[in-house]
Amino acid sequence: MDLKLKIWRQKNSSDQGQIVDYDIKGVSPDMSFLEMLDVLNTELIEKGDDPVAFDHDCREGICGMCSLQINGKPHGPDAAITTCQLHMRKFNDGDTIYIEPFRSRAFPVVKDLVVDRSAFDRIQHAGGYISVNTSGNTQDANAIPVNKDNADHAFDAATCIGCGACVAACKNASAMLFVSAKVSQYALLPQGQVERKKRAEQMVAQMDAEGFGACTNTGACSAECPKEISLTNIARLNREFLNSKFN
Amino acid sequence: MSWFSSTFSSSIGRKFAMALSALFLVFFLLMHLTTNMLSVFSANAFNEASHFMGTNPVVQFLLQPVLIAAVVFHFVMGFILEAKNKAARPVKYAKKDTGNATWISQNMIYSGLVILAFLVLHFIDFWVPEMNYKYIEQLPAVTDRYYGELVHKFQNPVRVVAYVIAFVLLSLHLLHGFQSSLQSSGINNKFTPGIKKFTEIYAIAIPLGFVLIAIYHFINH
Amino acid sequence: MKIGSNFPAKLPEGPIADQWTNYKNHINLVNPANKRLIDVIVVGTGLAGGSAAATLAELGYNVKAFCFQDSPRRAHSIAAQGGINAAKNYQGDGDSTYRLFYDTVKGGDYRAREANVYRLAEVSANIIDQCVAQGVPFARDYGGLLDNRSFGGVLVSRTFYAKGQTGQQLLLGAYSAMNRQIARGKIKMYNRHEMLELVMIDGKARGIIARDLVSGEIERHSAHAVVIASGGYGNVFFLSTNAMGSNVSATWKIHKKGAWFANPCYTQIHPTCIPVSGDHQSKLTLMSESLRNDGRIWVPKKPEDVKAIREGKLKPTQLAEEDRDYYLERRYPAFGNLVPRDVASRAAKERCDAGFGVNATGEAVYLDFASAIERYGKEQAHLKGLDENDKTIVTDLGREVIKNKYGNLFQMYEKIVDDNPYETPMMIYPAVHYTMGGTWVDYNLMSTIPGCFVIGEANFSDHGANRLGASALMQGLADGYFVLPYTIGDYLSADIRTGKIPTDSPEFDEAEKAVKDQLEKFINNKGTKSVDYFHKKLGKVMWDKVGMARNAQGLKEAAEEIRQIRDEFWKDVRVPGGLNEFNEELAKAGRVADFLELGELFAKDALHREESCGGHFREEHQTEEGEAKRDPKFQYAAAWEFTGDPKDAVLHKEDLVYENIEVKERSYK
Repeated sequence: MDLKLKIWRQKNSSDQGQIVDYDIKGVSPDMSFLEMLDVLNTELIEKGDDPVAFDHDCREGICGMCSLQINGKPHGPDAAITTCQLHMRKFNDGDTIYIEPFRSRAFPVVKDLVVDRSAFDRIQHAGGYISVNTSGNTQDANAIPVNKDNADHAFDAATCIGCGACVAACKNASAMLFVSAKVSQYALLPQGQVERKKRAEQMVAQMDAEGFGACTNTGACSAECPKEISLTNIARLNREFLNSKFN
Repeated sequence: MSWFSSTFSSSIGRKFAMALSALFLVFFLLMHLTTNMLSVFSANAFNEASHFMGTNPVVQFLLQPVLIAAVVFHFVMGFILEAKNKAARPVKYAKKDTGNATWISQNMIYSGLVILAFLVLHFIDFWVPEMNYKYIEQLPAVTDRYYGELVHKFQNPVRVVAYVIAFVLLSLHLLHGFQSSLQSSGINNKFTPGIKKFTEIYAIAIPLGFVLIAIYHFINH
Repeated sequence: MKIGSNFPAKLPEGPIADQWTNYKNHINLVNPANKRLIDVIVVGTGLAGGSAAATLAELGYNVKAFCFQDSPRRAHSIAAQGGINAAKNYQGDGDSTYRLFYDTVKGGDYRAREANVYRLAEVSANIIDQCVAQGVPFARDYGGLLDNRSFGGVLVSRTFYAKGQTGQQLLLGAYSAMNRQIARGKIKMYNRHEMLELVMIDGKARGIIARDLVSGEIERHSAHAVVIASGGYGNVFFLSTNAMGSNVSATWKIHKKGAWFANPCYTQIHPTCIPVSGDHQSKLTLMSESLRNDGRIWVPKKPEDVKAIREGKLKPTQLAEEDRDYYLERRYPAFGNLVPRDVASRAAKERCDAGFGVNATGEAVYLDFASAIERYGKEQAHLKGLDENDKTIVTDLGREVIKNKYGNLFQMYEKIVDDNPYETPMMIYPAVHYTMGGTWVDYNLMSTIPGCFVIGEANFSDHGANRLGASALMQGLADGYFVLPYTIGDYLSADIRTGKIPTDSPEFDEAEKAVKDQLEKFINNKGTKSVDYFHKKLGKVMWDKVGMARNAQGLKEAAEEIRQIRDEFWKDVRVPGGLNEFNEELAKAGRVADFLELGELFAKDALHREESCGGHFREEHQTEEGEAKRDPKFQYAAAWEFTGDPKDAVLHKEDLVYENIEVKERSYK
């Protein structure tokens, strides 16, 4: 099929940037979205143009490196997948496709479609861990039984891949779903109890300092999340934070 | 940073304060509707209730200021949050697809603004004359004047239409806002699906009640 | 030449069960105050690098960690699906350190080093304790205790897992440990940085040259030791289950500086991957080994059915039982569909080469869940008191069970292939997955360059010629959390008075100049073909001639063809953009240049190894039934020394001595 692409091009972080039109022909429906961009880039390189920069790595939906706002939606039209798992059969011949970077004050554009998501790392530095040394002398793994429901919910929260689709989808560019997933994972496990209050307090403070917006509970984040992280985590984060302040 | 500012300047703290004022206002709506509802059944009962509300010192000097503070706070904080949230995305998307969430949840500011406009009208209609009557001109207390004033206001079809529009927007505002304020307060558990149903019924029933009262008086007088 | 006087493997003395403890009791330690004076560079932040960086920082060393991704959390360990082995014996099924050791050595076709494997088995239990303490949410049973599953090639249940995302959970655990140290200032993290050269001073590894992938700036970083944890080199095949950025550059650069590269030809081809769909394909997706617990692998028996299926005239579900060839069950009745990976892959290739492949390209076989759906469905119907003979009820119930076990994998398959695997069998084909070969290291995990340590998939030590499922995660974390932090101290104890290594020395000047020269050469080359063009060409030669089945003639041709591609690459590659900017093509060009050299050494190693073992299959060396035929003459690790050109690499042999395990024929029949 033949497509018209409208792609955000921006040389570097200080460049203004603009949407540039590209025509691409002979796209196979079995291609992944990123493979379609590979084909475009090969054409651009052979013509002597600068290829479109975009983040990607594992191409199987788990590393969280790929991003892209495709026709106004993070990771494109299909649900519960990342851009690398999106296939061209979801589009029709003659379609126009807008491809933009994830937009947020906290995610400055590095080049074209590549954004800097190190704000997520800094939030994790603020408390996304359990302070335990790797001495090899920790107690036996089965010493503390964990209720299966809690273990399963902790796992569901922990499947977050840190891609930033929640921020991109939210009208407020809020990072609450991301932060709540990490806070929830530890809040639900016995190992996370010791630092529970400090963690919620510090991670929220860092989240605010990075310039993300507040949560207005629209649910767009969860709807676009490739791992379908639930909004109950956000309520839990609210609870954890308020508990750290009022208790 | 002090405890207070680190709590209430945080995004979650602000949302929690917003939620508390919202829940207070949600409760106030029920009170207000109950009083208004009396006007449909009995002019006397309505007059008595109104007189009580208008003269009781607890209502006048405690509840009324709290109410006004809650309203003002809810609006001011709403605007502050909106401004901050807008600033979180300085460069907009060229192509938007907002199909991943309900329209109203993404446009609370607009339903809020309509409600604000209505409140201004409401103040001019009722509260300003009332204050004038009681405290500025200090006219004698007449206990049976309220019903007549109410009925009189609803004779104007333009006002009734404005009233209906405002309450439709209030209903939409509540459809998202009531449940959202619970979520912002950290309440989301196995009862949430049921609670959500309740908030939705509430969000439709309360404004509908106000609208029906207005239409009732418009038709019957 | 033998490995010996210059570079002994430093294997400890004494009974194998006591070796690691004895070793730890006798090494030199660095006191806590002195650790603050020592810098360590860690390249790569996967399970091995991430856990090593965190632990070294925790001990007090100043760590600088590098990754080419935008965050350490994205390293490709994250994609590991099935699980991690540990000899915990929680199931009480007779597991022990010795059994895990034995299974690993046998699974590796007797080509791994006993002492290392035993140590790996010994620390495996600690890994699970450590990860649980870090908040890794492993699967649990209703009693709240940890659950286990089974993997190929073993007779116990020792695999710990977190649904199909075990690697992700373990990596996020290591990442969280890193975050704690980053917050303390003990790890300085360099994201989007790529190591381009090792700097050696007085014969020791003393730093690296790295490129900031965002600004393009070339940076000098010094340290008292350099740890390479950059993963495997499967992307030399272009198509593999590796991430797009996975590369050999770090290990290849140190190889060219003097680190021997061992057993490059040992590559694991994973049997269950989604087949190639066309020329545009950029990578291959794995379907977890755990699927073979319930899936049956087959192709049609009759060529006319194959033809009809390929033309779309016949659906696989329409084919009668007697017309299907469940070839693994036929050939290996004892292990059936759960034979180890190398065996399953070769069997699929054999059927497809014989013309029974079921997709348009003839390179796919079926992985069918229909029997499992029926079996589970009947079981459930019986449990619930429903009609066991009602096909709809049974199918619905059976699908529900399958969904609970493998739901995310089935969804992944459906998104990629656009076929519903609950209704029609999956199509799968083998793909390059893991490389057992890598930098030769001694028992301390140090390469032949003093001060340059190599851990995780990047080294060669623990898996021999074939890796068992769920053992890669175990090795990565064992090296990083529990082995390297001890062994590196022994080396660094001599460095407590060295002081900071300056970066303005001639050695740094020279290394930086070499890096800049190469980058400028790429930019100024102005050829006509993209980097990918050459990478794909290399990949095709590797897959066709150095892939699942190899022979002397093909390997000789491959070495020659790779040289030609390399020459053409340097003449005609086109790298757009400039040096001092974000330039992914430039980064890729450097990686492919290294693959083009490694590929030749790979073929050379495969040619010299005149036997079949594990993942290395030489057509000339097989039994009458087509099974791999080992040769005791080759019971050694082949460590290659770089002498200026891959074709002139010099072979060093490390004899593998088995004192605790009897070397036997590896049979799964």
